Amino acid sequence: MGLVTPELGTFIWMFIAFASVFFLLKKFAWPSIVDAIEERNDSIKEALLSAESAKEEMAKLQADNQKILKEARRERENMIKEAKELGEQIVREAKTKAIEEAEKVVESARQAIESDKAAALSEIKTQVATLSVEIAEKVLRRQFDEDQKQKDYFQELMKEVNIN
Amino acid sequence: MKHIHRLLLIAFFFTCLTPAFASVSKEHHSETHQESHYKEKFETGPFIMDHIADAYDWHVFSYGDFHFKAHLPVIVYSQHSGFHIFMSSKFHHGHSSYNGFELAKEGEYRGKVVEMVNGQQVRPFDISMTKNVSAMLISMIFLLWIFLSVAKTYTRRKGLEPKGLQAYLEPIIVFVVDEIAKPAIGEKKYKKFVPFLLTIFFFIWLNNLMGLMPFIPGGANVTGNITITMVLALFTFIITLVNGNKNYWKHIFNTPGVPWWLKYPVPLMPLVELMGMMTKPFVLMVRLFANITAGHIIVLSFISLIFIFGEMSSTLGLGSSVISVGFVIFMNVLELLVALIQAYVFTFLSALYFGMAVEEDH
Repeated sequence: MGLVTPELGTFIWMFIAFASVFFLLKKFAWPSIVDAIEERNDSIKEALLSAESAKEEMAKLQADNQKILKEARRERENMIKEAKELGEQIVREAKTKAIEEAEKVVESARQAIESDKAAALSEIKTQVATLSVEIAEKVLRRQFDEDQKQKDYFQELMKEVNIN
Repeated sequence: MKHIHRLLLIAFFFTCLTPAFASVSKEHHSETHQESHYKEKFETGPFIMDHIADAYDWHVFSYGDFHFKAHLPVIVYSQHSGFHIFMSSKFHHGHSSYNGFELAKEGEYRGKVVEMVNGQQVRPFDISMTKNVSAMLISMIFLLWIFLSVAKTYTRRKGLEPKGLQAYLEPIIVFVVDEIAKPAIGEKKYKKFVPFLLTIFFFIWLNNLMGLMPFIPGGANVTGNITITMVLALFTFIITLVNGNKNYWKHIFNTPGVPWWLKYPVPLMPLVELMGMMTKPFVLMVRLFANITAGHIIVLSFISLIFIFGEMSSTLGLGSSVISVGFVIFMNVLELLVALIQAYVFTFLSALYFGMAVEEDH
């Protein structure tokens, strides 16, 4: 029976000891422990949430960067293409201009040749006239010697002219 | 700093065993007495009872007449001879009386201090620091020391990761708060009861574990003592009553959903409810006491087996000791689990009762 009979002495000791330990722990230990754990849990939760949002922002930023990069690349390609076209055009224009210039040169050369030719012809004409006058002079000088001879000579002169 | 704490702890254990507090005594008896002592028949019942019951000294081991034990103060108030304080060593292990006080060997007060008045055993008002009381006080000092230092760590390392003892205890504290207090009482009102729940949880757990230690400061059967569990249950009961709201009392005295003739003119339902109110802490008290005591009895029974077989023949005793020790180890490991489970059950049921007390009408 001793085992299941409460003892007054033990009861008093236990009651006082438990009450005082409970009081002391309640006053000095449990609130700071429980509050500290709760505070830390809250701060961890907050940190996790903010990390998550930072990650999202980062992803958004990265996507933006990608877009910008893509645009830049396209612009560059466009620029290169335009430059190429421009270059080709310049070359083409230069070519046509050169051809035109050449044609002009050829034309002017032809004109020069033409004028030179005309000048030469007129000179020849004057010379022919002069020669004809000289021949006529010579003919006229011999006219009176012999009729036959005159005729022969004229013939001869005519031949000469023809050869010339 | 860490090493100083450890040294202090070791020093504390040893002061328990210094001659000032404990005494290693060798008694001088006649040869014949010693021989008869050795041949004393082994009695299992008293052996087990002596180990799980409270005592006036803290026994570690005996070898023949060599007793290694700590003597504890006996504090008694007698109506006949007044107030007395003396060490339990005065009884000489129950062999002699002191100032008319002695340890009863038989009867109702077996093992307790009694005063012989006119040849009659009279029990004085006894507030001795018995083995259980001392062990309980030591555990209280441990509790205070552990949790005050942990609380200090929490304030010092605010927001930082737990470290050292704090890291070991934090999951358990979080378990008590999140898995016991919150679900049993409810998110809104649990906060108020957390200090009490944590205190009883760690008190019961620590004392269960200390009860499994076979030497000082363990070895006492604190949580297997009905008085100790009674005080714990009483605290739960008082806190339940103090925090009981209108809804709680209405459920007891005017239970809703019950026909009126069960409440009036004969208040049958209120009587049943009142009884239920009383049985709850009673069950708490008995459950913890019975579980822990039962564990101790089983372990001691296995140990007793060795002596029972040993009395038949020493070879048999030797052989059975192997099996018995195996079972004892198994039981001790099981008791480690029970120590935690019983602390959990007591705390959880207390929390449930608080939850009922503060529950609002739906």
